[in-house]
Amino acid sequence: MKSKRLDYQIIYKVIEPKTRVLDLGCGSGQLLSFLVKEKKVKAQGIEINEDAIYKCVEKGLSVFHGNIETGLSGYPDNVFDYVILNQSMQEVKNLEHVVGEALRIGKKVVVGFPNFAHIRARLRLFFKGKVPITPSLPYRWYNTPNLHFLSTSDFKDFCRRKNIQVLDRFFLGEKKIIRFFPNALALSAVFVIRKNNH
Amino acid sequence: MEDKSIGLVETKYFTFAPAPDELVLASGQKIGPVTLAYETYGKLNQKKDNAILILHALSGDAHAAGFHQKDQKAGWWDMMIGPGKAFDTDRYFIICSNVLGGCKGSTGPSSLNPATGKPYGLDFPIITILDMANAQKKLIDSFGIKKLLSAAGGSMGGMQVLQWFASFPDMLASAIPIATTLKHSPQQIAFDEVSRQAIMADPDWNKGNYYGKSKPERGLAVARMMGHITYMSDKSMEEKFSRRMKSKDYSFTFKTDFEVEGYLRYKGDSFVKRFDPNSYLYITKAMDYFDLSEGRLASGTGSDGTRFMVIAFKSDWLYPLYQSREIVNQLKYRQVGVTYCEIPSTYGHDAFLLEVDEQTHLIKHFLTSVCSGKENEK
Repeated sequence: MKSKRLDYQIIYKVIEPKTRVLDLGCGSGQLLSFLVKEKKVKAQGIEINEDAIYKCVEKGLSVFHGNIETGLSGYPDNVFDYVILNQSMQEVKNLEHVVGEALRIGKKVVVGFPNFAHIRARLRLFFKGKVPITPSLPYRWYNTPNLHFLSTSDFKDFCRRKNIQVLDRFFLGEKKIIRFFPNALALSAVFVIRKNNH
Repeated sequence: MEDKSIGLVETKYFTFAPAPDELVLASGQKIGPVTLAYETYGKLNQKKDNAILILHALSGDAHAAGFHQKDQKAGWWDMMIGPGKAFDTDRYFIICSNVLGGCKGSTGPSSLNPATGKPYGLDFPIITILDMANAQKKLIDSFGIKKLLSAAGGSMGGMQVLQWFASFPDMLASAIPIATTLKHSPQQIAFDEVSRQAIMADPDWNKGNYYGKSKPERGLAVARMMGHITYMSDKSMEEKFSRRMKSKDYSFTFKTDFEVEGYLRYKGDSFVKRFDPNSYLYITKAMDYFDLSEGRLASGTGSDGTRFMVIAFKSDWLYPLYQSREIVNQLKYRQVGVTYCEIPSTYGHDAFLLEVDEQTHLIKHFLTSVCSGKENEK
């Protein structure tokens, strides 16, 4: 395991070898090419940024140029073993639709998102009266790509309301996994979810 | 890098399907013998697994790269094919075949009908993109090639790529359809019909029987002029011509006042010197009949091995983005590995001939990864 990014390390552990993986918002394809090399997965990416597409192609990845919403349509049900939505879910406009589609076409969905309720975010809001800025939420209010702001507890509630089964969850600090008071101490989280068939 | 040319090349000819083993066409009619004009660049390796089939558009021909003796003009995709280029002739064996129905050395309406000893004219059977691919298959077989590393082409060339995949999925390690569609929309059929009407309305057309007489040049020129408008974009025309005039003031006649008029007339006039009007009718009809929508692109399950790179251009209004996305959707549905890129060009449909840097970057790396993918399978 060579990647320095903690979220990549976790996703790497979650993904079984030789499976079919779709990465929604795959960027320049770092995570995907890593999974292809180390886990021999059959990978497909979706990415909106043109330069990032060229970088994916340089890495030999199959990648769809477009936004996540249009990229998701057209796939049959359960065609992927994993659909990855890492740090991209909170940026999509129609989040419920995207998560629903991801659960439709993927047997499991891996969701990574920044935690808006981190203690530093809470303190900044409480004492300074300013919109949170943390290592996982580094943007200013006027240039953030994030459209949805949620905590790890919020996502847990979301899954319960939508009848989504949470298979696993990981809470990430700056360098290591957070085990206690995750909703206050985790900078971001990775959830592994699937449709609840019951 | 771009300056390196493959150098002097020549067109070769492959003849097959002599009577009574004629080529059976989609219409049920038969034709034979059939000749295809083709060119090759680079060397076929011992395993015969480095061959790439290049497929041309409506008015293209087998001369895709390099130069012919005593000719200054390079092949139509010379910027893309050659040593170190996107289709690297140091690594790959490139075959470019003229289409059935064409007029550049392949059997078409201007060829001699063996039954009469005269040019076919309208006795030439209606051909389809499927028939073109079936004829090309014979050519590829003649090299002893079992599987192509790739098939690539823009516009109608892209249709042939898609047809190749639909007909012979096991013969393609990869496919690169560019600025193309699964089927012509009514708008595209309409443009084709107007060009056909322009040719057929020319008195010289004479129901296709003009060989040895004066050819319907005005009709074909008008068809080509209209074609050129659809190949450009509003923006590229503004950049290229704006409202620039040929002289200072309006002539107050119907002479060519504007540069754009002069350009279109020049393009029309030069086209009639190199193209057969009947071929234009047959080939546009073949494009209109083409339809691989509704699951016909990838009907089999054995297509998992072919990797796709689909390229579209944002300003292409003749073959708009949604048509390329529809190709991608069909492939997604069949779980075919596909890379799709929308290149932000202003050139319109012509971009597939002009946007060299972006296409080179994409295709070069794509072909490299197709090669290394093949290595991994072993």
